[in-house]
Amino acid sequence: MRHLMNPLDFSVEELDKLFDLANDMEKNPKKYAECCHGKKLATCFYEPSTRTRLSFEAAMMNLGGNVLGFSSADSSSAAKGESVSDTIRVISSYADICAMRHPKEGAPMVAASRSRIPVINAGDGGHQHPTQTLTDLLTIRSLKGRLGNFTIGLCGDLKFGRTVHSLIEALCRYEGVQFIFISPEELKVPDYIIELLKSKNIDYTEVISLEEVMPQLDLLYMTRVQRERFFNEEDYIRLKDFYILNKSKMEMAKEDMLVLHPLPRVNEISVEVDDDPRAAYFEQAQYGVYVRMALIYTLLGIGEE
Amino acid sequence: MLNVGQIEEGFVLDHIKAGQSLSIYHHLQLDKRDCTVAMIMNARSGKMGKKDILKVECNIEELNLDVLAVIDRNITVNVIKDGVIVDKKELTLPKEIQRVFKCKNPRCITSIEQELPHIFFLSDEEKGIYRCRYCEEKFDMRSLERVKIL
Repeated sequence: MRHLMNPLDFSVEELDKLFDLANDMEKNPKKYAECCHGKKLATCFYEPSTRTRLSFEAAMMNLGGNVLGFSSADSSSAAKGESVSDTIRVISSYADICAMRHPKEGAPMVAASRSRIPVINAGDGGHQHPTQTLTDLLTIRSLKGRLGNFTIGLCGDLKFGRTVHSLIEALCRYEGVQFIFISPEELKVPDYIIELLKSKNIDYTEVISLEEVMPQLDLLYMTRVQRERFFNEEDYIRLKDFYILNKSKMEMAKEDMLVLHPLPRVNEISVEVDDDPRAAYFEQAQYGVYVRMALIYTLLGIGEE
Repeated sequence: MLNVGQIEEGFVLDHIKAGQSLSIYHHLQLDKRDCTVAMIMNARSGKMGKKDILKVECNIEELNLDVLAVIDRNITVNVIKDGVIVDKKELTLPKEIQRVFKCKNPRCITSIEQELPHIFFLSDEEKGIYRCRYCEEKFDMRSLERVKIL
């Protein structure tokens, strides 16, 4: 039985297969509308996350399956002190597959080790959020037509943003990716990422100014500066509006550049950019549903039956 | 030269970094054993300048060399039988170490899940870096103060 804990759990070839399936689901929704009939997805969310949970539920419903679950630790047995190991053993009797979000890092892995059904890590603290990375990769592959041979700018909080770290690690496996890291001095990418890039001889540049590199980019991945990552409110206020992507900056960019964002955005992308055909972040959310559909389908082994 | 009485059966841990013998004493849980232990601190050493030495009289099989390797690979382990050195053990970093060190990441699942074994895997052999199997937080085991015995 297979689980998904880390975006690197799947090989490049397996990901290609998964993304082909996701694209087929996008084009032929009817073909898959009943393929999970009678199957149940348990969404075990120990901390609230509207977007990810609804995306999983929508994915299962699109496949004709049903969903059950809880959306906060207060409304689950965790409030009574039940361990993750015990909870998943019980959930294994109720559902066919489980998506778990937990504030503690490694909790989905503990669940997977005790589970009788496939477990998908839907985010564990600041550790991993593999379905977000798969969403990003599918979006790039579908809209750019390729994974690799492009220059990607990652902008904003590159220090604490786990989506950024996972995306870099995932993109390192493809040929010809050039990274440009755009961040204030305080929010630069951590050393271990730089070491990884050096060890693989991958090109990267670190800059502070977004305008300066805008014309070079094929992709721009914007991130939000998260208040909860700062101990000091003053630092947060100083850094939160460091980058604001607006129309005038977009004018400097290539005509086929794409803007991605894991959402929710606050004010790092001005609303006036939304109508620009290069703004792909809402499409990205749609791809999040397709990739989760393909993942549920694959982990349940539906195609193999 | 300083002389401490010979041991009949046991081990001599030589080339311990000066000042570390006491924490090694605790990590090997020698405080919980009923055996003779001699701790020599700040002894002169040609190689190291200053070093600590631990002499322990016990069955050599009872010593967890994995723990010792994780703490400091450069320690020399001399096995003593009938008063003479019969073997020198090479310390190699274990690929995985279970239930010895505690993950100190407060966000890790090990901080709340009952009876979950704390497991570390070797992620960088050259630098001796271990990561928690669950949260993947990295720990340099050589910095003893960062880890504690369960």
